[in-house]
Amino acid sequence: MKRILIPLLFWFCALPAVAALDPALIGQLAAEESDDKIAAIQQLGASADRDAVKVLKALANDELYVGGDRIFLMEDDKAVDAASGEAIEPAPESYESITINNRIRAELTNAIASLRLLNPDREVRLTAARELQTNAGMEMAPILAQALARETDPEIKKLLKLAHALANLGNAEADARLAAVEALADNATPNTRNLLLPLLDPKIEADERVRNAAKSSLRVIESRLAIGESIGQVFSGLSLGSILLLAALGLAITYGVMGVINMAHGELLMVGAYATYFMQGLFRTYLPGYLDWYVLAAIPAAFMAAALVGVVLERSVIRWLYGRPLETLLATWGLSLILIQAARVLFGAQNVEVANPAWMSGGVEPMAGLVLPWNRIVIIGFTLFVLGLVWVLMQKTRLGMFVRAVTQNRAMAGCVGVPTARIDTLAFGLGAGIAGLGGVALSQIANVGPDMGQGYIVDSFMVVVLGGVGQLAGAVWAALGLGVVTKFLEGWAGAVIAKIVVLVFIIVFIQKRPQGLFALKGRFVES
Amino acid sequence: MSVEQLQQSPAWDDGAPGLGHVLTPGLDISHKVILYLEDISVSFDGFKALNKLSLAIDAGELRCIIGPNGAGKTTMMDVITGKTRPDSGTCFFGQTIDLTRMSEPEIAHAGIGRKFQKPTVFENHSVFVNLELAMRTDKRARTSLFARLDDDGRDRIADTLKLIRLDHEAGRLAGLLSHGQKQWLEIGMLLMQEPKLLLLDEPVAGMTDDETERTGELFKSLAGKHSLVVVEHDMAFIEQLGGKVTVLHEGSVLAEGDLATVQNDHRVIEVYLGR
Amino acid sequence: MRKPFTIRFLSAMPRSGWIAMAVFAAVTLVVMPALHLFAPADSAFYVSNYVITLGGKLMCYAIVAVAMDLIWGYAGILSLGHGVFFALGGYAFGMYLMREIGTDGSYHSTLPDFMVFLDWKELPWYWLGTDSIMWSLLLVLAVPALVAYVFGYFAFRSRIKGVYFSIITQALTFAAMLLFFRNETGFGGNNGFTDFKRILGYDITSPEMRATLFALSALALMLTLLLGRYLVTSKFGRILTAIRDAESRVMFIGYNPLHYKLFVWTLSAMLCAIAGALYVPQVGIINPGEMSPANSIEIAIWVAVGGRGTLIGPVIGAAIVNLAKSYFTVAFPEYWLFFLGALFVGVTLWLPQGVVGLWQRIRTARAA
Repeated sequence: MKRILIPLLFWFCALPAVAALDPALIGQLAAEESDDKIAAIQQLGASADRDAVKVLKALANDELYVGGDRIFLMEDDKAVDAASGEAIEPAPESYESITINNRIRAELTNAIASLRLLNPDREVRLTAARELQTNAGMEMAPILAQALARETDPEIKKLLKLAHALANLGNAEADARLAAVEALADNATPNTRNLLLPLLDPKIEADERVRNAAKSSLRVIESRLAIGESIGQVFSGLSLGSILLLAALGLAITYGVMGVINMAHGELLMVGAYATYFMQGLFRTYLPGYLDWYVLAAIPAAFMAAALVGVVLERSVIRWLYGRPLETLLATWGLSLILIQAARVLFGAQNVEVANPAWMSGGVEPMAGLVLPWNRIVIIGFTLFVLGLVWVLMQKTRLGMFVRAVTQNRAMAGCVGVPTARIDTLAFGLGAGIAGLGGVALSQIANVGPDMGQGYIVDSFMVVVLGGVGQLAGAVWAALGLGVVTKFLEGWAGAVIAKIVVLVFIIVFIQKRPQGLFALKGRFVES
Repeated sequence: MSVEQLQQSPAWDDGAPGLGHVLTPGLDISHKVILYLEDISVSFDGFKALNKLSLAIDAGELRCIIGPNGAGKTTMMDVITGKTRPDSGTCFFGQTIDLTRMSEPEIAHAGIGRKFQKPTVFENHSVFVNLELAMRTDKRARTSLFARLDDDGRDRIADTLKLIRLDHEAGRLAGLLSHGQKQWLEIGMLLMQEPKLLLLDEPVAGMTDDETERTGELFKSLAGKHSLVVVEHDMAFIEQLGGKVTVLHEGSVLAEGDLATVQNDHRVIEVYLGR
Repeated sequence: MRKPFTIRFLSAMPRSGWIAMAVFAAVTLVVMPALHLFAPADSAFYVSNYVITLGGKLMCYAIVAVAMDLIWGYAGILSLGHGVFFALGGYAFGMYLMREIGTDGSYHSTLPDFMVFLDWKELPWYWLGTDSIMWSLLLVLAVPALVAYVFGYFAFRSRIKGVYFSIITQALTFAAMLLFFRNETGFGGNNGFTDFKRILGYDITSPEMRATLFALSALALMLTLLLGRYLVTSKFGRILTAIRDAESRVMFIGYNPLHYKLFVWTLSAMLCAIAGALYVPQVGIINPGEMSPANSIEIAIWVAVGGRGTLIGPVIGAAIVNLAKSYFTVAFPEYWLFFLGALFVGVTLWLPQGVVGLWQRIRTARAA
């Protein structure tokens, strides 16, 4: 019957749609049996009638009513006959909405989509074609073929071809299935893969040509999916790496200048994150209209807060421990305990909630099955920005020159008049401030709580070690490399094993290159 | 104890028991050469600290090495003692011992002693213990666990203490000594090691004239039995030592000969005084 | 003339040291256990369960502190991962304790409860033989020693030292903690081992067992101190301090620092493991939390508070810090971290030689 209908449909569609819908079909929508309803829906869907969309949508929203032998929907509080489109005066006194189950609902979605495929509005057709990428059933094949024949837009056409192929997978004709399977090679989604997989089984797919085509299409899809997955992992690796980099940049500066590892460095991240939380609170109370921009205000606030804490730590404790690096480890660990407990007392032991602003939520989907969240994209961009800032500061300013001088040879720098003590304080403040910026970034993707900084000291130190002390470029490569490698290992062996493998790798790495990837060599390096 | 007596202390016997855990072939000086460097190159980040340096020291020789700063003197010592691995070139101790393949302790066992530019002694140990630790003996960890200083060792330490004029400071912490005394202590430690070859990096820096002269006497008396390589800037001291002089410049040998010849070499004058 | 080894060992400590040791032995090996066992519970002389367990715990910590002093105070190597050896010793002995539960666990299975819970059907291979106390004790010594030896060999061979070494040891214990948190590792995951019932068939909570464990801890502490004393007064010890102060000089006079460091490092790890094995039956639980970096770094502060390079100082430091912890965490739980943090800062700034150094300074000031 459908085969007869198709030429007829073409003919119908050529005419302006003045005609009303078939009352018998509409009547069938209110039938007792679900199967009857579905048959009617499918026919309406295949009718390419624009009015049918309205009726089917009303049905989907439980707004198609039956009362007094008539089936109607409500438009501007007036009852309108579903078949003829005429107003019913007076409206039936008692009526009820037609009930539908999930099976029917699914059919409705398809039918509405197919009707929308013939809509003159390009956007409507595009959306409809997209929706059909995953769920075009066999019954959609005719309408898809029809839409495909009429479609002129190349983008929509491509999508329709895939949907058509999908729908044709269940076709009784082996040739149609073969064409479908071959076409589906272009549709690399996990869904297509799942649809094609059963076709490898001779019990399900009798035709050998189709089986072979399915095999080769699957191969193409698998490899595309793998690429997508790899890109996803590289992305999350870069995102992790940029956090590591923000955490490690500050440490690299302070370790380079003073040769001490600040074990409270992770807590400076925490200070930055809490500063962000504080800013969010301020905006919420005083500038609710600009709440989306609190993050921008948090950047300088977090920098200042962390830098201030850093300067205080340097002046009060670390300054007195120069030349005693091991003791500095212990003292700064003590400082980190104090900072953690202070955060608990001030903000409570529980994690606090820092929300993504609207412009940072959601994500982009550059290819099927690969979503890149906006917050992570923003963080990668932010890291680049901070990196550029640090580079300019270190390479183009007097302070940067002094910092580099002290890093390379403290005694000599002192001799030529560099105020080493002040440079220490400033460098420490700068490093702490950068950690604070890291805290802003971290607050957007991780929990903000008193203990959040604890895990970062080892990771940041690894980055510094890998990259080589005092080497900005080294830190960048090390952080990003470490991030990407970690993410790949996580995908392959789980998070814990990944962590262990990375740690073991670094221990082995230090065996081979104790001075890091970008080593300064020379007689004086060791001392 | 005099220098002569010191020279008569038990000489180095090849394969003697208690040599330590490092099995090295005995020192073969049949061709008179005790140290032989050929085409040694070392570079740090593109900077050539040593550039195809070749040098030969005869057994029993006292050689002075001079050169402006950055000429590669200390790097050369680093290469000989195993602290720095050369990028290329060979470095032989005697005819058979390839120093580029050995670690610092192995090289020390083989019979090369070194004094640093900056005196390095164990500041938290007494002068006596400093010498005791340096004394030639089995230096394996498991031996040290049960080691006991015997009377013979005690005597040798006492003799060395007298020689370096620290016998009244034996119980004092080495960190409390004056700079010159530390220099002497380090030389004393070197002697306790009984090395065949002594490398001395600026041994008289910070010494009084009197001390410097005594050091010169000591070195001259050691030569013959031992071979010495002395890096110095003090020309008077070098004149006193009177051995062959090698001038290093930009990582290779610029000139070699007795002090007068070298001092009159126009290339050397150029390097030191500029054009 | 060579003196016999025993005489040399005895002469490693001055007479006052031996007297103090004898008093300590009398109190911990005889008086305290006897008062715990035989004094009536309402008597003023009764030593309660709490005191005997706390004392035993403190002595285990003291062993760890002395082990830490050997490598940090004398060899200048600061380990921020000693908790891993302590925990490994505890786990190794804990395996035996778990097997001794037999079928008395909640599931009445011969397998430990957590394995039943994970639906495991048989013991993993590394649990084989752990029903024998001798094999377990062997593991207590061998496993941490092997881990320490391999780790130390690679670290010291490539001359990793100072801050690098400290951070890497922290990474080591962190990695180990993550590993032990996994259920699949086969050591009870999060919860670790607990609900021990008996040792060699004797009830683990009986007063006799408590007193025995207490006395064993005391004995182990004394032996550790004696061993440490002998070591640091031997030529080996002098070389260790020499390595700490001027490693390159040590190499150029012909000692290979690798072997010296490796020996003392491995020894220190084994002492920690013994302490861990004694600790677990007394507190009745071992879990991966013992491997947290915070725990390991706390060991360093015990040593710093007491005084580095003094052997006895760390014992005092471990006692002071842990008694303070017991007090604070009950009386002012929210201030404990402030106090501990301030202790880290204060000791490094103002008491670099610890209480023993302070004591010596006061004595010399009085004498002058």
